[in-house]
This record gives sequence, structure tokens and C-alpha cells, in this order.
Amino acid sequence: MRRRFARAGLWLWVWGVLFFLFAPIATIVLFGFDKSNVETWPIQHWTFSWYSVAWHDPQVRSAFALSLKAAVAATIVALVLGSMAAFGVHRARFFGRDSISLLLILPLALPGIITGVALNSAFQWAGITLSIWTIIVGHTTFCIVVIYNNVIARLRRTSNTLLEASADLGATGAQTLRFVTLPTIATALVSGALLAFALSFDEVIVTTFTAGAQNTLPIWIFGAIRLGQQLPEVNVVVTMVVILMFVPILVAARLTGSENFAPRVAAPQPPK
Amino acid sequence: MLSPPLLWFLVIYLSSLVLMLITSLWSINGFTSQIDHHLTGQNFSQIVSGAYPSIIGRTVLLAVLVTLTDAVVAFPFAYVMARVATQSTQRILLGAVLLPLWASYLAKVYAWISILEKGGALNWTFSRLGLPDPNLGFTNGAMWIAFSYIWLPYMIVPIYGALERIPSSLLDASADLGASAWNTFRRVILPLALPGLAAGSIFTFSLTLGDYVTPLLIGGSNSTLIGNAIYENLLTGGNLPLAAALSAVPIGVMVIYLGLAKRLGAFEAL
Repeated sequence: MRRRFARAGLWLWVWGVLFFLFAPIATIVLFGFDKSNVETWPIQHWTFSWYSVAWHDPQVRSAFALSLKAAVAATIVALVLGSMAAFGVHRARFFGRDSISLLLILPLALPGIITGVALNSAFQWAGITLSIWTIIVGHTTFCIVVIYNNVIARLRRTSNTLLEASADLGATGAQTLRFVTLPTIATALVSGALLAFALSFDEVIVTTFTAGAQNTLPIWIFGAIRLGQQLPEVNVVVTMVVILMFVPILVAARLTGSENFAPRVAAPQPPK
Repeated sequence: MLSPPLLWFLVIYLSSLVLMLITSLWSINGFTSQIDHHLTGQNFSQIVSGAYPSIIGRTVLLAVLVTLTDAVVAFPFAYVMARVATQSTQRILLGAVLLPLWASYLAKVYAWISILEKGGALNWTFSRLGLPDPNLGFTNGAMWIAFSYIWLPYMIVPIYGALERIPSSLLDASADLGASAWNTFRRVILPLALPGLAAGSIFTFSLTLGDYVTPLLIGGSNSTLIGNAIYENLLTGGNLPLAAALSAVPIGVMVIYLGLAKRLGAFEAL
């Protein structure tokens, strides 16, 4: 009897947490259809017009374009550097591999503001003007570990015999890479890239310190909420961002199972 | 293979960190507003006086509070996910945690502003129940709720991972040896889940420690955190050396915290 009560209590808790997790997101989506300029609950009159207002807002458009460019560029650079790091760490048998993993996770384990201030002071010191390039540098730094995590997890589960077989059958290193290694890690690369893209697209803490006068979409949202301006548009824009981010996340989850899909949580595992 | 990524981290990331720590020993010339490159400890003596100690205290306290809240809320949920739910339900629940984790950060902060402000859903619900308005918007309480909400999935996932890895045979053995359900929980499950809890707490603690967006948007006049002090000094006040010195505080706190977490086995659970 007590057991049954405990079970029921646990499930009640689960439902409560699910409500807590999703009700706020639902609220935002609903407010996007609120006709009134001033948000009050419950919503009285409904409209679709804020979607068209946001769509035609040149500021939102240019911020969106900048975010997109920065996220794509950061993802590409992180893809190259992150998979190189994964291959290097996976292959090498040397003292200090753990420190490399630790180093890569540092930008996500330390508060983001540290990365932001550090990069900002370095750019100031070197006399580099803040621009889209400095944004990309910042984003790449914390996106590398996402790719690294995905690729190294896959490499660990791939048996070395495949590579040995390829070599035994006379393949060159390049051929093995092209026909054996890349196909086995392809989905891990795609899913890592999608996660890195999502992470970059939504980032605001580091970006504030590495962006110049230009706004990324999160910086535009941050400014609008702060000044209390264009709030109905903010509802619409954040709804779109949420939807836009769900797509890569769901695809990434399908590709790799959800093993590495919580990148900040899934830090590099200590090498076996 | 390793050198390009390592070079990136050494040249861009680590050297920036070191430069920031050196900058914290510089100062701003009062007349020219330029950085004076003579080493001085004045930023740090400024941090230990005035308003800063209470700001630092508030930040650490809030980070601890948010971490504890998330641990308490997450544990039963993660337990059901890992040990009670069927495999298909387990999948659905994991998805239900990961989607909000990836929902836009600003969307989540903004959602809580809409809910907690005067005309929001919380006040409406309370008045429907005949209770007085909680008026939580723009207070430290709002900050606590928003942070606990935003970081909750980061706590659930590692606890779930740790609980899922416990072999059922251990629980059977404990029961066979006559332990009550409570004793099994306290002496078998909890110790084995501890690394997961520690791993999750790294994120809830660290992310709260350095945040300035949530306090700025949803906090009140009394909600300044270390992050806000850094943000103000750097972007509004133009005092990079003081901002750098303030940034050393979360680094110091995190080094201590990571050291503790390591002793609890957090890194093996990540």
C-alpha cells in the first residue's frame, strides 16, 4: 500500500515538473497571438498581425541574418577543429590527455561571462575592432567542445579492427579516411554541427562582449526586453527562435540517439 | 592532428584568460580614461570594500539556492525516468527534458517576466483562488524562480545518467539482505547518484554565478549580481581593469567548486 502511494506521488511529481517545464514556453507562444500591446493574462483578443510586423521589421531581419552568418561560420570552424581534437585525443596515448579534455570543456564549465571579458580584454589589448569576426571567434571557442564530444563518443564505439582491415587490404591513409572513417563518424559530425549551430544561434552572454555595434538576434531580443520596447514582436521572435532551434535538436537526436545531445552536460569522458 | 585545436585554445582562449588576469592588476587613469599599465592591487582592494562583498555574497547564495532547488526538483523526476518508467516512456521523458533545455534562453527568461509581472498568469491564478497577489515580478524571488527553471534540465540529465547506470542486482542484493526501501535509497541509490548530482550542480552553480541577463531583465533594484557588476564596469563604466578583477571572483569560486565536485566523482559522471 505504501509502495503504491509512493509510486503515485512520484508520478504526480513528474507531471508537476512537466507542467513547470512547458507552461512558460506555451505562455510565450500564446502571447505571440495577443492583440493587445500590453500583456495581461488571460489574453482577450487574438491576432496574427505581430508575425507580419516582425517579418517586415528591418532590424529583426538584419539581426537574424547576422546570427545566421555567425552561427554557420562558427559551426564550420568548430567542426574542423573539434573533430581534429577528437581524432588526436582518440589516437594519442600520451600523458596529459585528460588536461586536453578539461581545457576544451573550460569555456562551458566556467561562467560564460569569463570567456566574454577575457576575449574582450584581449581584443582591446590587441587593438582589434569588434565585428562579426570577433563574434565568430567567441562562438567557435565554446562550440568546439560540442563537436569534440560527439565525434570522440563515436570514435570510442567504433572498433579499430575496421581501420586495420582497411589498411591490411591495401588502402592508403587517405582512402581509409574517405571510405571508412568518415562514413562511420558522419552522423556524429552532422549532429554535433547542429548542436553547435543551435548553441551559437542562441548565445547572448559571451556575444555581448564580443559584438560591436551590430546586433545578433539574441542581442536584439535582450535590448528590446530591457527597454520594454516592441514586446509583442519579441513574443513572436522568441517563438520563432524556439521553433527554429527545435528542428536541429530533433534531427540531431534522431541521428545519434540522445546520448550527446545535452552538450553542456555531456562533458568529455575520461579516456579509457 | 592535435595542434590546430590546441593552438586555437592556447592562443585565443588561454592567453586571453591570462591577459584578463594581468589586466586586473592594471588601472584606469582618472584623467585620460586610458588603461595605466602599472601593476597595482587597487582593483582588488576595491572589490573587498564598498558594495562588492554583499554583491558577491548575494550571487554565491543565489547560486547555492538555485542548485539546491534544482537538485530537489530534479531527483524524483530523474528517478522515475531511470528506474520506474517503461522504456518508451523513458524516451518521451528524456525528450521532454531536452527540448526545454534547448529552447532559447531569452525566451525562457521572457516567459517568466510575462508570468510573474502584475498582469501575469500567476497573479491571475492567485486571485482566482481568492489569495492575495504574490506580485513576484522584478524581485529576487523572480530571479530565483527563473534561474531554477532555466537550469533544471541541466540537473536532470546527469542525475538520470547516474541513476540509470546503477545495476538492478545491487538493489536486489540490498533488498535480499533485508534493507527497507528507504535504507536502500539512502545507502545504495543516493551514494551512487551523488556523482550525477555533483555534475549537474556544476552547471546550475556556474551558470548562475556568471549570469547578468536574467538579473537585469527579471530582477529588482536589489538584484545586482557579480555578472552585472562586471557588465556595468566594462560596458557602461569603461573600466576594464576593475571588470577583469571582478571576473577573477567567479573563477576563484569555480576552482574551489570544481575541486569539491571532483572529489565527489563528478567528472566520471559527466
